[in-house]
Amino acid sequence: MSESVPGTPPEVFAPVEAPVSPPQASEEVEFVQLLTPEGERVEHPDYSFDLGDEAIKGFYRDMVLVRRIDAEATALQRQGELGLWASLLGQEAAQIGSGRALNDRDMVFPTYREHGVAWCQGVDPLRLLGLFRGVDQGGWDPKDNNFHLYTIVIGAQTLHATGYAMGQQRDHAIGDAENGEATIAYFGDGASSQGDVNEAFIWSSVFNAPVVFFCQNNQWAISEPIDRQTRIPLYQRAAGFGFPGVRVDGNDVLATYAVTQQAMKRAREGSGPTLIEAYTYRMGAHTTSDDPTKYRLNEDLEHWKLKDPIERVHAYLTRHAGVDHNFFDEIEAEADKIAAVLRAGCLALPDPVLTDFFQHVYVEETPQLAEQRDQFAAYAASFEGEG
Amino acid sequence: MTKITLGKAINAGLRAAMEKDPKVVIMGEDIGKLGGVFRVTEGLQKDFGEDRVIDTPLAESGIIGTAVGLALRGYRPVCEIQFDGFVFPAYDQIINQVAKMHYRSEGRIKMPVVIRIPYGGGIGAVEHHSESPETLFAHVPGLKVVSCGDPVDAYWMIQQAISSDDPVVFFEPKRRYHEKAELDESVPPVQPLHQAKVVREGTDATLFCYGPMVKTCLQAAEAAVEDGRNLEVVDLRTIAPLDLATIFASVKKTRRALVVHEAPLSLGTGSEIAARVTEECFYHLEAPVLRVTGYDTPYPPSRMEDDYLPDLDRVLDGVDRVMGY
Repeated sequence: MSESVPGTPPEVFAPVEAPVSPPQASEEVEFVQLLTPEGERVEHPDYSFDLGDEAIKGFYRDMVLVRRIDAEATALQRQGELGLWASLLGQEAAQIGSGRALNDRDMVFPTYREHGVAWCQGVDPLRLLGLFRGVDQGGWDPKDNNFHLYTIVIGAQTLHATGYAMGQQRDHAIGDAENGEATIAYFGDGASSQGDVNEAFIWSSVFNAPVVFFCQNNQWAISEPIDRQTRIPLYQRAAGFGFPGVRVDGNDVLATYAVTQQAMKRAREGSGPTLIEAYTYRMGAHTTSDDPTKYRLNEDLEHWKLKDPIERVHAYLTRHAGVDHNFFDEIEAEADKIAAVLRAGCLALPDPVLTDFFQHVYVEETPQLAEQRDQFAAYAASFEGEG
Repeated sequence: MTKITLGKAINAGLRAAMEKDPKVVIMGEDIGKLGGVFRVTEGLQKDFGEDRVIDTPLAESGIIGTAVGLALRGYRPVCEIQFDGFVFPAYDQIINQVAKMHYRSEGRIKMPVVIRIPYGGGIGAVEHHSESPETLFAHVPGLKVVSCGDPVDAYWMIQQAISSDDPVVFFEPKRRYHEKAELDESVPPVQPLHQAKVVREGTDATLFCYGPMVKTCLQAAEAAVEDGRNLEVVDLRTIAPLDLATIFASVKKTRRALVVHEAPLSLGTGSEIAARVTEECFYHLEAPVLRVTGYDTPYPPSRMEDDYLPDLDRVLDGVDRVMGY
């Protein structure tokens, strides 16, 4: 081996032979769609939307509000008030449709991007900001809203969801499609490559656990396209694990609702897991630290803009439900109000104190840690009164 | 009162914990019908059913990850990792989830999970079956790490670990599974879980040890009597947190300390004890704290393990050195 000399180009190996067949993952195979991008209702043989226009208006409101919350959080990051933000832009229908399909006993295990599901579960949006501002690592009690803390390690929460569902089984909380309970685990296309996700599929399958795996395939795992994670459509993987998989138009809130509702019913009645692949697109960057212009084309973005999850509902409500501009104006005003409250709340979040966090390490604190806390407190106190 | 082996004592302890609390579930590979590869869980599935004694798929991250979910649901999972070297696929779930959940949630979520790991060498096993990874867990804030050294402790410590609201990594000295002792289940345990015990009183030096090395050190102390040395032996029992009060008291009495463990030397349990004793007992010491341990190599092929592991002669050699100052 020769030593590399500064300034010389690195050795480049010839690329390995390309695979014989092109990947299929991003091919647009048929998915469940109940509302077209143009705002027209369509029928599907296996899934139907069983709610009326009032519910659709509600979904519209949800989506507009969470998009506004998301935009405000992005702005707060740009202004230095958050260290990071993971935007859900473009994934509102996937999150609101699935979130609204849950009953008040179902349990949710999110990634760090499920701001829309958090909204459906009634989590105060301000609580979501703590993690990103650096004042806490999950500032809500999962029991309050059946919404577990955000999980940052990719895919880890799918096993937690499966274990939780096994607990629901052992508590005999299943057996009734409406009044039983089940668990839903959110994850992304990148996570589908993780061992934990595949183990969760195996566990849930062999134990017949009441869990729904909701994969938002937003086409990108930071810079890696879906073709780097899979050569087949993700939903088809479920067959190999022994449970049903379905691909749904992730930008169609009616379809994501209908598909999730059916899968949750199936889980609650004791028929086991389902994999839902919500086919969508990450319209923004992976997080505020990312720069998608380095790895993807603007035309892709333009293509997906035509499939916007909110615009199609707007078109439907305008054309087919007799909704006038007053409705939309009111929601815009409500969104602005919520954003203002969120911003004020963010700026007012108290800075945490390290001594408090020593106490959270253990239920029963160790003498060593108590000593370290006291030492830190004394050290910090020695600066008191100094300018 | 009957004599019971260490393995059977853990079995009895698991049984007692399951009878006491219906939320205790145990899970792992081959633990059901087979009763585990060491038979530690023998008969439990027959008596408590498949929902509470769960034969899992062969994936360690899955065992711990689903245990996290069960704990979130209010259960108290006891996970068996089949062998020490097989715990690492679960390392992410243990370090990032089990250990940090209470902290992350600011105390709202408890993780009463016990991870049982048969550990250590001396059984002529193939690679990955003889390791001592306790420090890799003891270094992690949020975890508690213990190891039992005799059947009576095994019986009580497993129950104390299960009733702990903090996660406990429970290291079982696999080569001592067949050691026997009298166990009277009606006599409550003397020590809480995170307390060391003096298993042999002495005056000239202290041997600090745990797990499989307790028996070795006791034998060494008996042998040292011939040399006119009266050694104290402390079974640490708890590695994270260390019971510093008992350690300091013993060192202040004997003024010389030797730490013995199978795990590699550098940055091991002995390193922490040496540092702590130096800080607290500096003016009491007649000699530096010495260590007799495994070497900083991967665990060797078993034909060489007798040379790798601390044994009676290496411990006595260490005693000679610590007395030589």
